[in-house]
Amino acid sequence: MSEASKDQYYVPHLAQWPIVGSIGLTVTFLGAIQALNSETSITPWMMFVGIGILLWMMFGWFGDVIKESEEKLYNTQVDTSFRMGMIWFIFSEVMFFAAFFGALFYARTFSVPWLGGEGTGLATNEVLYPGYEGVWPTNGPGELNGRFEIIDPYHLPLVNTMLLLASSVTITIAHHALRANQRSQTIFWLIATVVLGAVFIFFQAEEYVLAYQEFNLKLNSGIYGSTFFMLTGFHGFHVTLGAIMIAIITVRVIKGHFKPESHFGFEAVAWYWHFVDVVWLGLFIFVYIL
Amino acid sequence: MKKAQMKFMMLITGLLASSMAAAEYGLNLRKGVTDFSETAYEMHTFTLWICIVIGVLVFGAMIVSIFAHRKSKGYKPEQFSHSTVAEVIWTVIPILILVVIAIPATKALIQMENPTDEQGKRMKMDMTIKVTGYQWKWKYDYMDEGISFLSTLAQEHNIARQKGSGIDVNTIENYLLEVDKPLVIPVDTNIRFLLTADDVIHAWWVPDFGWKRDAIPGYINEAWTNVKTPGTYRGQCAELCGKDHGFMPIVVEAVSKAEYARWVADQKGEQAVEAEMVQTEWTKAQLMDKGEEVFNAQCATCHQATGAGMPPAFPALAGSEFVNGPAADQINLVLNGKAGTAMQAFGNILSDTDIAAAITYTRNSFGNTAGDVVQPATVKSMKQ
Amino acid sequence: MSQDITPNEMNHAEVAHGHDHHDHDHKPKGFVKRWLMTTNHKDIGTLYLIFAFAMFIIGGAMAMIIRLELFQPGLQFVEPDFFNQMTTMHALIMVFGAVMPAFVGLANWMIPLMIGAPDMALPRMNNWSFWILPFAFTMLLSTLFMPGGAPAGGWTMYPPLVLQGGHNVGFLVFAVHMMGISSIMGAINVIATIMNMRAPNVGYLNMPLFVWTWLITAFLLIAVMPVLAGAVTMLLTDRYFDTSFFSAAGGGDPVLFQHIFWFFGHPEVYIMILPAFGIVSEIIPTFARKPLFGYVSMVYATAAIAFLSFIVWAHHMFSVGMPLGGELYFMYATMMIAVPTGVKIFNWVATMWKGSMTFETPMLFSLAFVILFTIGGFSGVMMALAPVDLQYHDTYFIVAHFHYVLVTGAVFGIIAGAYYWLPKWSGHMYNERLGKIHFWWSTISVNVLFFPQHFLGLAGMPRRIPDYSTQFAEFNMWSSIGGFAFGLAQVFFIYVVWKTVKGGEKATAEVWPGAKGLEWTVPSPAPHHTFEEFGPVDLDKMAHGKDH
Ligand code: HEA
Ligand code: HEA
Ligand code: HEC
Ligand code: CUA
Ligand SMILES: [Cu+2]
Repeated sequence: MSEASKDQYYVPHLAQWPIVGSIGLTVTFLGAIQALNSETSITPWMMFVGIGILLWMMFGWFGDVIKESEEKLYNTQVDTSFRMGMIWFIFSEVMFFAAFFGALFYARTFSVPWLGGEGTGLATNEVLYPGYEGVWPTNGPGELNGRFEIIDPYHLPLVNTMLLLASSVTITIAHHALRANQRSQTIFWLIATVVLGAVFIFFQAEEYVLAYQEFNLKLNSGIYGSTFFMLTGFHGFHVTLGAIMIAIITVRVIKGHFKPESHFGFEAVAWYWHFVDVVWLGLFIFVYIL
Repeated sequence: MKKAQMKFMMLITGLLASSMAAAEYGLNLRKGVTDFSETAYEMHTFTLWICIVIGVLVFGAMIVSIFAHRKSKGYKPEQFSHSTVAEVIWTVIPILILVVIAIPATKALIQMENPTDEQGKRMKMDMTIKVTGYQWKWKYDYMDEGISFLSTLAQEHNIARQKGSGIDVNTIENYLLEVDKPLVIPVDTNIRFLLTADDVIHAWWVPDFGWKRDAIPGYINEAWTNVKTPGTYRGQCAELCGKDHGFMPIVVEAVSKAEYARWVADQKGEQAVEAEMVQTEWTKAQLMDKGEEVFNAQCATCHQATGAGMPPAFPALAGSEFVNGPAADQINLVLNGKAGTAMQAFGNILSDTDIAAAITYTRNSFGNTAGDVVQPATVKSMKQ
Repeated sequence: MSQDITPNEMNHAEVAHGHDHHDHDHKPKGFVKRWLMTTNHKDIGTLYLIFAFAMFIIGGAMAMIIRLELFQPGLQFVEPDFFNQMTTMHALIMVFGAVMPAFVGLANWMIPLMIGAPDMALPRMNNWSFWILPFAFTMLLSTLFMPGGAPAGGWTMYPPLVLQGGHNVGFLVFAVHMMGISSIMGAINVIATIMNMRAPNVGYLNMPLFVWTWLITAFLLIAVMPVLAGAVTMLLTDRYFDTSFFSAAGGGDPVLFQHIFWFFGHPEVYIMILPAFGIVSEIIPTFARKPLFGYVSMVYATAAIAFLSFIVWAHHMFSVGMPLGGELYFMYATMMIAVPTGVKIFNWVATMWKGSMTFETPMLFSLAFVILFTIGGFSGVMMALAPVDLQYHDTYFIVAHFHYVLVTGAVFGIIAGAYYWLPKWSGHMYNERLGKIHFWWSTISVNVLFFPQHFLGLAGMPRRIPDYSTQFAEFNMWSSIGGFAFGLAQVFFIYVVWKTVKGGEKATAEVWPGAKGLEWTVPSPAPHHTFEEFGPVDLDKMAHGKDH
């Protein structure tokens, strides 16, 4: 605070992108609803239009920000605002995942054991589900979608863990390189990170195919399938976003953006990547191993 | 104009009548008829008084200040803004008060959840009743006696409560708190309730017993009671469960043990007759009569007495291709319901005779012309 | 009252340190540019406030339908399903459309002014936070006109019931997502503004309490809105993709939803009251002409309430059949909230004590707030007692409780703030006589509206029912009459505000003689841009500037 610059805080004057974003968001969601609600399965074309609008908005908006940044309109205080924005945004993401982890923990410590007759579930089990054991993994007393097998944590998931951990290292190396103004090094390590991320996503897709085709483990395989796919799915989605973001900053580095002493965009993406990484560790332990 | 005046007069009379009816009850929580409800009542009263005292002190200080320390009286403001002593006092005293309230609350809660008798031994339950909530009725299973039946809003009330029924509800005794068949329990008996539901969450609540407990689909909740005084106790479903949540009352008749034994014997007799009837061949007229009764009691909340339904949520049965189609499909649907919709699996709810009658009725009413008759025995055979 | 306002001679320029304000009123020209694309915190604040008020009217109109149907026993006007739609939509609109946006609007307007910032930290995002809302609520309200109607499962959206909603489930879920995105971005902006944009010599313990309460509220928002998003996402997948989070057959549990919902929901109710605490903490010292008593303990109490709000959620679920240990824990934790809240009440009373009070409209609303919120708090503590809550739960006792804390708490707080700052926004004094009429009319009618509901609940009337046993008729009638009167009082409020905006006595910069706070150092109406240059402010002008 105290060493804040004496310059004026840059307040942009016309914001044309937010309203585009609102329209994009609305169209996306309406498209999704339309597709979900239709009796016959239709292609969610409207959703894609919405996503298109959102992408347009993002390119425009971020483009403006980048332009302003390159024009040196931002002082360190503006930079701090951006940082705080990103930090709290990541915190909100943490809480989003917390809801799903909470569901997983609840199912494992309460609902499934209760259905199996533990604790307050004695009568539930005796009267409604005699014979149901309530051991994890489970698709519930209704055995929804039939028997399934689970993914062995020490194959693909372990590889994926290694990949993501490695990618955290590579992006850190890239960061150091950027600070030392070694731009080609930066670019190299950034590309390495994107590649690691992409391979991760590829393996994840592989794993889903395996689960669906070999193991009969599906989204509708009771609570195990629900928590497994929702947690890993949202995580995979975040990895995808993160990888795209890293790809974009790679391009920006190639274009000569970012200074050794000021490169908020880079850092924001790096934080995000670390966050995605930490979530994965949680998944690896609580979804796969335990 | 005339009509409006009439309506206004009716309104005023209605208001007068209702204020008279209101005189029957007090402003406070009721004491109820179980140990637990009395404890709850006492704790309620105790806490209420504590709050009133705190309120009088706090608001009193405010009011004094408002009247004495005002500018219009020329009062000069002081400028103090701290007092550690005061702050400690008004932090510690509320804590102490809360501790005082928490102690009896803890005891009462333990007695509800883990009841013990005078010797501190786990209380023995004398009988078990399973309560299942459905949209919008209750089913009671006497687990030890093998008696089971449904309990729905009494027909007279159901007619009167329809919008535009033209019936003055003030003329109906215990409006909305009457069922076709009440739950009967013996007094001075520890009764264990197993509560569950088949579609959405309901909550079983009889205020005089002192508790409500949710009936959750797929889980069983336990609760217990021991009613001391014979009488009729009324309650309602207390968890939003869809459009007719306000119309699924509970009536419990607590009777002496001897009377209860007689009642049980009667029920068993009736059930034997029922079982007999499944085997007999019914005539169409018999089925249609019975069917109308069952349909109006069980199906009309959704499909309407006219069979018009309330699309899109509840399909019309009148003119429905499905209903005019093969009987077996319809029997199947009514027996097993349709998962994820309000259409319940009536196989667990109604007797085979009732189902057969209701289906026959739907296939030959509202202009439907399937023409065939569904016999109870057919339904029974399709159950397996 | 307004006679004793002396023109304020002080030139704000001396506060803003040599910064001159002559030409800076360059508001963008043209409606679209001015309002759709604005980045100005004051304009966005205005948009939020107008939107919130519009939603209050719509939500209020739905409440009027509820009260109309409940006016007497028997179904007169609406079908039960429509009634449930009204209850559900009324609550969703009031909570997410009226109260929360109103607070964000106040935050937008006042926080930069109070801490000497030129604008919000992220002005473009600020615009987006707002402009998501009209879309979200259009989407939600549109379900009313669809076959099958609007969501009718209660604002708590409990499965499996809510999943029976047919096509509206998707609309509900995505509308909630949009509200969540909006709230999260709004909250991020508030936090970044408060942490990063304070004038260089304004420390955390110089900040006005409104800013403090909002800082903590913003934290709560960022922590719990995503949890709500997670909860409704699970609803969506249970409804459309056959997941089993909330279905026992697959090993899930309907009660799981309630845990997640209330993990959001309980902090949510404090989100709706903490900023009101802040507003009242600004107003009472001004009209008691005495510094706020126990500033630091107010801050700590707010933080304590926020902390506790995370660990008490299952007090909404005493009847779901939790294990005994859980019930006891949640009972104790909930009771503890009375302690920090009590500290706040006592501090307000101590602030009034030996002050020199006058009773302008904002002060009247604040005094009513203190008393009526406390009444709501008392019923809260009573419900915290699990064994007795087995009686209270899901009855009108609860409806009475939460309307006391929400209407005479949150809404009264907002109205008090509106009267307090309206002269700063509009440059005109509101008409004090009309304000007082509005106050007495509202306060009397709101008690006629909600006090009898305590009795109804105790006598055994469940909530969310369109029709009731005749024994409940009389109090329902009173409640409805109070409701209509209270509704009309708010129509009157529109008139008062409108009149003030259109004209009226010119307000001075200080507006309230002796009022402390930087907002009173800039002219009224506040110019489009304030504190454009980043520099120290005069701490003497701040309520807590020299205190610590
Ligand atoms: C602004 C919103 C707001 C606020 C501030 C509160 C504040 C409190 N609420 Fe409330 N509550 C709601 C909004 C709010 N609530 C809503 C919307 C619902 C219903 C949701 C639904 O089901 O739809 C609800 C429901 C609700 C329940 C669930 C009831 C049920 O469904 O069975 C409970 C139970 O414990 C509860 C408790 C409390 C408590 C203990 C406080 C405390 O914070 C109150 C503390 C304040 C005081 C106690 C007064 C001042 C203190 C003193 C003067 C000190 C001395 C006092 C003592 C020692 C007693 N609330
Ligand atoms: C901040 C939140 C908030 C606010 C401000 C209000 C305000 C009001 N509420 Fe609200 N209410 C809730 C939050 C809120 N409520 C919640 C969370 C629920 C629970 C929902 C659930 O169970 O799921 C609920 C439920 C609820 C019920 C219970 C419904 C039921 O259980 O079935 C009732 C019944 O009386 C009610 C009444 C009112 C009234 C009369 C007002 C009044 O204060 C409104 C006053 C405002 C106006 C009236 C608008 C202004 C004027 C006009 C529109 C002009 C027309 C005027 C006339 C014709 C007179 N509310
Ligand atoms: C709680 C509400 C409810 C009750 C009570 C109810 N139903 Fe239904 N019923 C439904 C719903 C909802 C559907 C639509 C299911 C679907 O989406 O396919 C339905 C569908 C049907 C259908 C198929 C109609 C068609 O055209 O596809 C028949 C036949 C039927 N019900 C008969 C009955 C009978 C007989 C009873 C009484 C014994 C009954 N229902 C009671 C809600 C109800
Ligand atoms: Cu059943 Cu409400
Ligand atoms: Cu709560």
